[in-house]
Amino acid sequence: MNPQLLWLIPILPFAGFLINGILGRKLPRALVASIALLFTAAPALIVAQLWLYMKSAGAPLSLSVSSVPWIAVSGFHVDFAFTVDHLTLIMLGVVTCVGFLIHLYSVSYMAHEDGYSRFFAYLNLFMFFMLVLVLASSFLLLFIGWEGVGLASYLLIGFYFTKDSAANAGKKAFIVNRIGDFGFLIAMFLLVAHYGTLDFNTIFASISASPLTGGFFTAVALLLVLGATGKSAQIPLYIWLPDAMEGPTPVSALIHAATMVTAGIYMVARCHVLFDHSPVALTVVAIIGAATALLAATIGMVQHDIKRVLAYSTVSQLGYMFLACGIGAYSAGIFHLMTHAFFKGLLFLAAGSVIHALSGEQDMRRMGGLWEKIPITFWTMTAAVFAICGIFPFSGFFSKDEILYQTFISPNPLHLLLWFVGLVTAGLTSFYMFRLWFKTFFGESRFEQHGSSHFPDLHAAHLAAVHASKTSTLTLEADLEPAPAHSVHESPWIMTLPLIILAILSLIGGWVGIPAALGGHNEFEHFLAPVFSAAAEPVVATASHAVELTLAAVSLLTAALGFFVAYLFYYRKPGSAAALAKKFAPIYSLLDHKYWVDEIYGRMIIAPLLMFSRIFLNGFVDGGIVQGTSTGLAVSTRGSGWLVRRIQSGNIRSYAGWLAIGAAAVIAIVLFGHHTLPH
Amino acid sequence: MVPIAYYLILAAILFSIGIAAFLIKRNVITIFMSIELMLNAVNLTFVAFSHMWHQVNGQIFVFFVMVVAAAEAAVGLAIIIALFRMRQTLDVDQINLLKN
Repeated sequence: MNPQLLWLIPILPFAGFLINGILGRKLPRALVASIALLFTAAPALIVAQLWLYMKSAGAPLSLSVSSVPWIAVSGFHVDFAFTVDHLTLIMLGVVTCVGFLIHLYSVSYMAHEDGYSRFFAYLNLFMFFMLVLVLASSFLLLFIGWEGVGLASYLLIGFYFTKDSAANAGKKAFIVNRIGDFGFLIAMFLLVAHYGTLDFNTIFASISASPLTGGFFTAVALLLVLGATGKSAQIPLYIWLPDAMEGPTPVSALIHAATMVTAGIYMVARCHVLFDHSPVALTVVAIIGAATALLAATIGMVQHDIKRVLAYSTVSQLGYMFLACGIGAYSAGIFHLMTHAFFKGLLFLAAGSVIHALSGEQDMRRMGGLWEKIPITFWTMTAAVFAICGIFPFSGFFSKDEILYQTFISPNPLHLLLWFVGLVTAGLTSFYMFRLWFKTFFGESRFEQHGSSHFPDLHAAHLAAVHASKTSTLTLEADLEPAPAHSVHESPWIMTLPLIILAILSLIGGWVGIPAALGGHNEFEHFLAPVFSAAAEPVVATASHAVELTLAAVSLLTAALGFFVAYLFYYRKPGSAAALAKKFAPIYSLLDHKYWVDEIYGRMIIAPLLMFSRIFLNGFVDGGIVQGTSTGLAVSTRGSGWLVRRIQSGNIRSYAGWLAIGAAAVIAIVLFGHHTLPH
Repeated sequence: MVPIAYYLILAAILFSIGIAAFLIKRNVITIFMSIELMLNAVNLTFVAFSHMWHQVNGQIFVFFVMVVAAAEAAVGLAIIIALFRMRQTLDVDQINLLKN
């Protein structure tokens, strides 16, 4: 296999971005969609080929290509260089596969939207940067991808930029990510100052050769963690992700669930050598992960917007991955990353299908009873819900169980607490996901067609208009149904096909990592072993299969408990949840307001910052120094002009007078001042 | 033989009178005449030096000046007549059509 093919993987989506971005407005929609699909399918094929090659016997553990030097300044140089090892391979597989499926889904989902070519151009741009991010073999190139996906995310969150809330959500995501990027940048500066390079191999080789731990490593690692909390929406920087749901649903699925937000986890796993040398940083990562998982899960329990529930669920699941990295079980974290990409991408797409079917309705209080009307969406979503709740044998069961198991058996006593938090979160996850499931698909239908003013986004308004004109003739499924009273309809095949594929992946995706206790070989961990074998301490302590099976049973029971509670509250006695909320009003209000975190940030950080900006920056610096300087310049210019202007009287005789005086002065100097003047 | 200084002093006096009249007077014709006076003061110095050095260059120059002055008088007087017909005045301070 020619390693130069690696260049094509990111460049093809970039070409798609250029074509659609520059010419897309003039091209027909079908062509725009074909270009976008072609330029994402091709990298997926290359990745598949790469996968086969790397799996074959005797293949090298990693594959690198590098260009001519990119930056070369006295001793410090960086190349455009890509490296593929097994970790990258998994990320590549997830990004290209899920990315392609979501592109396919978008072709139909966005069919009635303005800015069709803009959407696909941005989506391809995102693919380009995401692939650069995972392929990068130096911190700098990774950072380029890191910033680039942030840009694409900003552009796509604000896709409906005429809507204020969407534009603001885009800005919020961008600014909050800047805080994380600040940490990332400082970490890079420290590394350059210390090692004189940003190349992964060189740095990690030096670090693993070092007998020291803590100190410098902790500083760099914590700064990188700050970057990761921004990108992967962890405490304290998770606040942007729920708002990012303002973007179109495929964007939420691709960027804010499956791929971009996992970049932080990928980065931590990539830098595992560094983290292994800093127990403090690892503990911080584990605590942040567990705390975020719990916090986001509790908020997710009371949300009404279907996409917001999924957003908090994403934050919570990312917390699991952080927890896994924090206890040193990197391969478990990446495993969960992969299965999460399948089932969370599917959940979002299925939610998008539900929203599509209901002409843009996102509020679960106005859903219900949909399972007969949109069967494909229902069954695929069911697979995803089972997967995320960790029901055997769906993928989430294996990955989540692996994380909890690794946490439980690790020797650190703190980890027992973290395990308990993880277990509680698993129960909560099961509760809020089945709550969503019951509220959306079961019970009585609470949906009614609204006027377009009620629709939460522009997409909805478009859909409503379209549906009004051609009711339920969009799909085969809809035709087969006994003409529903309102135009609730199944999505076309081009949307359901990705759902079905992802549902299959959500089901079987976990089977690559079946632990030995359940009769598997945990191939996933073996596959990643070459990457993580450099870990300083062998964290994978061995415990008896009995312990592992018991733990699996416990988490299954927890998930079942969550299911049962949700069943009770939202199926058997639909009113009881509201009664309970009334009974524990303070707690409910706390959760409903998301722990007032946005408000606290608003008061504690944004308001003082605004005050400072208004008084010092705007009032003093801008109003005083900057404007003062320019005003002073203007005033002095005008003043001197006022003085000099008097000479230009327009009176010719006065000019002649000045001329005569000047001539007289010259004569006087020539005659009398000759000797006093220098030559 | 009259010393050169006398001619020069006479020329300087004529020139100064020309300048003074140019600066003080408002009547266009007077200003015009003062310009002629200045030109002729210069002519006088040319002729004086020409005579002193026994060279003809200065005198040729004077002819040129006279030609130009004649042309200027023709054009200038024509302009003055045109101005007077239009404005009924020869006061330069009132001829300010282009101002503002």
